[in-house]
Amino acid sequence: MKTMLAAFAFTAVVSVGAYFVLSEMGFSSAETQSAPSVRLD
Amino acid sequence: MNLKVLGACLAALLTFAVTPAHSQDEGQRASTGGAQTLEDILARQKGLEVDESFRRDNLGNPENAQSISDNLGVLGGVSSSDLYRGIRYAETDVKVSNNSHASEILVQDGGMSWLLTRQGGIQAFAGYGIGGIIVALAAFYFLRGRMAIEGGPSGQTIERFKAFERFGHWCLAGSFIMLAITGLLLLFGRSVIIPVFGHEANATIATFSIWVHNNIAWVFMASLVAIFVMWVAHNIPTKLDLQWFAKGGGIVGNAHPSARKFNGGQKLIFWMTVILGASVSMSGLSLLFPFEFPMFASTFEVINTIIPAMGLQTDLLPHEEMQLAHLWHAIVATTMIIAIVAHIYIGSVGMEGAFDAMGNGQVDLEWARQHHDLWVEEEEAKGAPIQKVGDLR
Repeated sequence: MKTMLAAFAFTAVVSVGAYFVLSEMGFSSAETQSAPSVRLD
Repeated sequence: MNLKVLGACLAALLTFAVTPAHSQDEGQRASTGGAQTLEDILARQKGLEVDESFRRDNLGNPENAQSISDNLGVLGGVSSSDLYRGIRYAETDVKVSNNSHASEILVQDGGMSWLLTRQGGIQAFAGYGIGGIIVALAAFYFLRGRMAIEGGPSGQTIERFKAFERFGHWCLAGSFIMLAITGLLLLFGRSVIIPVFGHEANATIATFSIWVHNNIAWVFMASLVAIFVMWVAHNIPTKLDLQWFAKGGGIVGNAHPSARKFNGGQKLIFWMTVILGASVSMSGLSLLFPFEFPMFASTFEVINTIIPAMGLQTDLLPHEEMQLAHLWHAIVATTMIIAIVAHIYIGSVGMEGAFDAMGNGQVDLEWARQHHDLWVEEEEAKGAPIQKVGDLR
């Protein structure tokens, strides 16, 4: 059971990490579909 | 004389009978000056397919234009109607500032068939498919009961899965369950959540769901690769699997067909997970990075080469690629959910002692002998340690 809980915790940590990494890399749909002259935020 | 009249009537009748339908269309088309006819409109209202080449290809030709130096000369050979038809059928060379091919498409009507398929066939497949397997398994449980260890547990255990195997399995399982729940919440948002809980609740649920879905997907893809590498060698189909299936896997009846580490049913689940998991991951990546990974046009080309009769459309617009990826993603994912519900049943309430294999990794020796006899022999030959149940505490 410990392994199962560790796997779930790892899944949660990687998911949050993926969000920050992808946001930093500018992979959002809005960013890829806009030009530099567009202010998204 | 009468014979001549009869002959003329017969000839007229035959001419009418063998006149191709398109020449009638052309005649009607000429009567509207090349525009659509009443028949076109009626056919479209009935949902029938209409050959729209008469306007799709009618985009004007600058070479036919009256010269600007002539009387009534024009500045170009493309009228406003020609131009709008070009925009309507994505034939006009539209320039956009963000260098995105998708943004050059101003009108694309595939969205309606996407929406209708999603709200119709796919929701029905998911609803009846997943609901059906749950009802079928519940009925099976009440009829068959829990599959018990024949003669009871032995009190001795053997290690079935090592910690890293269980870790990989639970990463895949945990991420898949979250992907399934959030995917179904997104699929049934309009038809179930909004009518029951309202728009605001659906907005919150959908925002949460898409965030979880998009980010947990990476764990699913990574652990899918991990379980493939870990277990592929044990999942190569053999003749033993056919014997296992011939005896109903021991699920139907009371036989205990021989099996190594994985039996025929587990191999089926493994290959279903790997193949459909890879497919759902590819369509998922296509959706995660919109318009970056179009894959259906090239896939259709391959299918058309193998089966020319399929005649699948290969000149797909970027939006059509996304719509197909979305539909395919839902179909494959729903198929996986249906199969995995059955897998969860047999690995938990359906069979005594099965959960331990992924719980703490130690399974009852008698359970192992009944369900994976050849694997136990191999492990014992290798000198695998046998523990008493009390030793684990």
